[in-house]
This record gives sequence, C-alpha cells and structure tokens, in this order.
Amino acid sequence: MAIAPAIVLDSEEFRIPRRNIDAGEVQEELARFQGAVDRAKEEIRELRQRVARDVGEQLGAIFDVQDALLTDPRVDQEIRELIEREHYAPEYAVSTILRGYAKKFLNLPNRYMSERVVDVYDVEKRLLRNLIGAKRESLGTLTEPMIVIAHDLTPSQTASLDRSKILAFATDIGGRTSHTTIVARAMGIPAVVGLKTITADLSGGDMVVVDGNRGLVIINPDEAAMARFRDAEQRFRRMEKELGDLKDLPAVTLDGHEVQLWGNIEFPHDVEACLARGASGVGLYRTEFLYLDRETDPTEEEHFQAYAETIAALGGRPVTIRTCDLGADKFTHLSGEYDERNPFLGCRSIRFSLQHIGLFKTQLRAILRASALGPTRVMFPLVTNLKELRQAKMILADVQEDLEEEGVAFDADIKVGIMVEVPSAAIQARSFAKECDFFSIGTNDLIQYTLAVDRSNERVAGLYTAGHPAVLRLIRTVVDAALEAGIEVAVCGEMGGEPNYVPVLVGLGVQFFSVSPATLLEVKKVIRSITKQEAREICDKVFQFDSDREVDAYLGEISRRLLPEMYA
Amino acid sequence: MTPTARATKEKDAVATREVKIVNRLGLHARPAMQFVETANRFLCHITVHKGNQKVSGKSLMEMMMLAATAGTVLRLEAEGEDAVKCLEALARLVNEKFHED
Repeated sequence: MAIAPAIVLDSEEFRIPRRNIDAGEVQEELARFQGAVDRAKEEIRELRQRVARDVGEQLGAIFDVQDALLTDPRVDQEIRELIEREHYAPEYAVSTILRGYAKKFLNLPNRYMSERVVDVYDVEKRLLRNLIGAKRESLGTLTEPMIVIAHDLTPSQTASLDRSKILAFATDIGGRTSHTTIVARAMGIPAVVGLKTITADLSGGDMVVVDGNRGLVIINPDEAAMARFRDAEQRFRRMEKELGDLKDLPAVTLDGHEVQLWGNIEFPHDVEACLARGASGVGLYRTEFLYLDRETDPTEEEHFQAYAETIAALGGRPVTIRTCDLGADKFTHLSGEYDERNPFLGCRSIRFSLQHIGLFKTQLRAILRASALGPTRVMFPLVTNLKELRQAKMILADVQEDLEEEGVAFDADIKVGIMVEVPSAAIQARSFAKECDFFSIGTNDLIQYTLAVDRSNERVAGLYTAGHPAVLRLIRTVVDAALEAGIEVAVCGEMGGEPNYVPVLVGLGVQFFSVSPATLLEVKKVIRSITKQEAREICDKVFQFDSDREVDAYLGEISRRLLPEMYA
Repeated sequence: MTPTARATKEKDAVATREVKIVNRLGLHARPAMQFVETANRFLCHITVHKGNQKVSGKSLMEMMMLAATAGTVLRLEAEGEDAVKCLEALARLVNEKFHED
C-alpha cells in the first residue's frame, strides 16, 4: 500500500510541476496558457503544411482535427475557468480537462470515434510541451516519492524501478498473473493492474492511494479516506513485522511435520529477497529473462554467469532451473517465420526447445556446468507426453557426454523433473513419475488449460480459480502418483502462495512449496498454525464440494479462523 | 423540414431545425469538424440536441462526443442575428453528406 502523487507515463514522460497557483498569479498564468496555445497552433499549422506538401493533402488534413481541438471554444473556456476560479496551474488544468474528455472518448461505443482519443492525448502533449518547455522530467530525475501510472509496464521496466522514489504503480492492462505482476509481487512493490482507463482517470500531480492487497486505487482521497488508509498502512506494517519474526523459525506443522519452503526467482538478485524471508532454496528459477528484450540469443557464458551467480548466492541451498518457457513470439529475430494464431497452444517451451536443439543444448550445457558449483536440479516446462520427456532426457545425456569428453565438470547425478502444468501430464502422472526424479506443479498454467481460461483476459479472469473441484482433483492425482512412486512433488504456482489453499495442499501431502518471496512468511504462518491432521480434514471437506464458490467460501472461513489478524 | 422562427426582437431570434445524419460513417471527426467550422462562421449561438444530450455546435470536442451515427436525428437550435442563415448552411452540409460517400 502506498500514498503519493501520481506521475503518468506517456511515451514522452511529462511530469506536471505543480497543481495550484496563487490568486495573484492568475493573470500571468492565463497569459502563459494563451502563449502556449498560440505556439501549439503554429506548430500544428506548420506541420500540416509540411505534410500536405511532402506527402499529400489527405494526410495533412489529419492535423486539422488537432487544430480544431486546440481552438475549441468550449475546451478553452473550461481550462480558463479552472485557472481563474479554482487556481489550477495551466498544466494541471490542461491535463484535467483533456483527460476528462479522453475518458469520455474511451467510453464511446463506436470504435472509430473512440480512437479519436489519440488526437486528444496528442493535443494534451503538445500543450504541455509548450507550457513546460524544454525541461522535461523523466523517471530518472524524480525528487520526491511518486506513484507511476502507465498503460503498461514491461517486466524489465518493473524490475528497474527505483524503489526509493517509486512507491507503487497502476496500469491499464495486465492481469493477476501476468509477468509484470509477478515481478512486482516478487519485489514487494504495491501494484494494481488491469484498470482499463486509469491513465485517463487522473492527471500527473493527483494524489493517489494504491492498495495492492485489495486491488484498489483511490484518486485524490479526502481527509477521512487518507486517515483510513494511513491506519490500514500502519496495521499492515505491524503485521509485516510480526511475520518478519517468523523468518528463522522452521516451517513445521503444529504436530511436527516439516514442509520445505522455497522461493521463485527470475533473476539472480532475487535470491536475496528469498533468503531474507527464510527460504531454504529456490524451487523455480524462471530463465526467460535471459532471452527477452534482445536481438541475439543468449550465449552459453551468459546463461552460465546467471546460474553461477544464483548458486553462489544460495550458499549450498538447492536450486531448480527451468529450461526456456518462451514461445517463438518472444524471439524477435524469429517471429518472422512464426505467425501463430494461438501461441498459448503453439510452439513454446519444451516444444520450442526440441525444435531448436542448438538453443536447447546451449542452455543445458550452462545448467550442467553450473551444477558442479552447488546442488542443482533441471526441469522441463509444458511437457505433454512421454516422448517429449524422453527426447529431452536424451539431449541432456548427449550434452553430458560432450562435457565429459571435454573434461568439463558437472553433476552426473543431476536430478531431472518436469513441470506438471497441462491436464495430459496430470492425468498420466503415474507414467511420468516412473521417468522423472521429481514433479513441480505449475498451477498457473494447469488452471488455465484445465478451465480453458486466459488469466490475463479481464473479461473472463473471474473464471480462473485454483478452487475449482476439477483442478483440485488433478492436483490430487499428481501428488498421489508422486508419493506412490516415491518422488518429490512441489507446488510452484501462485496457488502455493495463497494462504487459503495452503491447508489443502498440505493435507494432500505436498511437502515442497516454491512461492514468490513476498508470500513466503504468510505461507509459513499458515503451516505453523495447523496440524497435518487438521489439514487432511480440511482437504476431505473441500473435496465434498462440487463448485469453486463453495470451496473458496469454506477455505476463506478457515483462513479467517486460523489467522484472524491477517483479515482485519 | 422548414425552419420555425420565433422572434421577440430581431437580435434574439431563435430558430430550430431538425436534421438527420445520412452519411454512412456518421458524424465522425472530419464531418464534425466541417460542421463546427461552418457554425463558427456565424455569430449566433448554436446548441445541438441529441435526445437528452445538449452540446455546443461550435465545439469540436462536444460534437465528436455526440457520436451521432448514421440515422441519428439532431435538433439544431440557433440564437442570434444570423440564426436562420446558420441553420440553412448546417442543414445543407448534413444533407449533402458532408461531401463524403
């Protein structure tokens, strides 16, 4: 949760310098506004002339709309009123009025007309540029803590936010388990995504409260609301402190059954956050970031450096490295040859690796070399049939042979497992258990594929839930198969990090949880609050329900009973 | 449809007229702009009514907000010296489909 002024990111990053002016400045500011309008008009007319001359009259005419918007008497009047009567600074007045209109445009049913919002934003930018002048602020030059509002933030942008200046963020698009959200959660930065029109709902400079826990953004809260939120923030800090005390305590149930708590990471530097919260290892190292945002494929050295750094940071604790989980759509230099209508069901993850053996071997070589430095396991994503697993293992064996011939050290007994994240693998878990050293249940994708829902599609995101009886039964099938075959089974999806579901998973017999660092302590708290017997009873009860609503309601009740202070 | 005029003094003449949007793409940016340019050539005030919505006929932003698709009937209300002439010009523009299609 965070409270701070907002900075709205556009492709050009404008920060509104201040919101209000003094009564004595009104005339001067009105004149400054007029000056900016006049200059903006000049710019547009010049632009229009040039385009009409160089490209054609039709295209020049496009700018007529912006010209007309700039000279719109109504808009002009509304902006002036804000400056004169409410003492808004011209920048803030321009932004408020134009974004108000932009929001109305976005709500128009007719798409051809709603797309005009682009022109409104353009006019806003032009006016702001003429008002603020050459001095343009960017995220790098913030002097006070702020909250970032943007259409979207890429995972890399999220990961590089300066935490001392950026307290939180909110975006128009994205879902609960999109990569950006996952990175934000891992970093512990409050965020709300999927708000659809947040960038139009406020202006830079507006005071904003972001409550990441409840998915709320409050714009310009009044005194009472501010007081409520500062209270909630305090309670939250107190709870965090309590949880912090758990850090070094073991993750054992009340009747002495131990559970391994591991962390999920994207970067080597995430290990710190995991260890700070008492993780005993890394159960999922997502290696995709090595491949993203670049023109060329990562080299074996780049892979190796990242893995070596991670293993060093873990100081003897185990790491499970997942091979590339991307589809061709993420490889910019390949996307020419691939035009998939449905990349989600397409050539990605293990399929992609098996079709690009060079890339696959590069990653496997690096993982094997790193395995000489500390306890390492390797895991294949999205395996849907035994043939894929066998092929992947054969290629791994080839790479091992190569390394042996070259005299390079590696762990010859490296454990090999699969992500169980598709229904076919879950249903056939017994067969897979015979050919793997461990399972890791990727609940995020398992839920999506089983319930046929796209977690990032706001229209149907409500259907996505781990509490669906079918999902629970598939998980039970996988855990039973693992226990029967005597192999380890971990849960590494978001489900494992949600307090409501922890008792069920413990009751089913899961002994390894790999979760986002931000949720490690909560999970530990739940584990330490139940006996294994209770967990089994909760589990049995849950399997009597035939709807996710009943399941989630019941589990919510249990959580409130077990951990009343977390649900105040 | 013939314009109706109610005059108390010539200066305060209020004229109204109904027009129907007939061009295929409706009152999108370009026609809205032509409408507003035309309206701005006259001195009178123009109010455009669409159902319960009421906007200024001289404001592009407001006219675009109407999102008047083909078939929409708009009631134009002009007040001032050249009210009647203004409405005639606007009606002609609409009926000529803003020179589109």
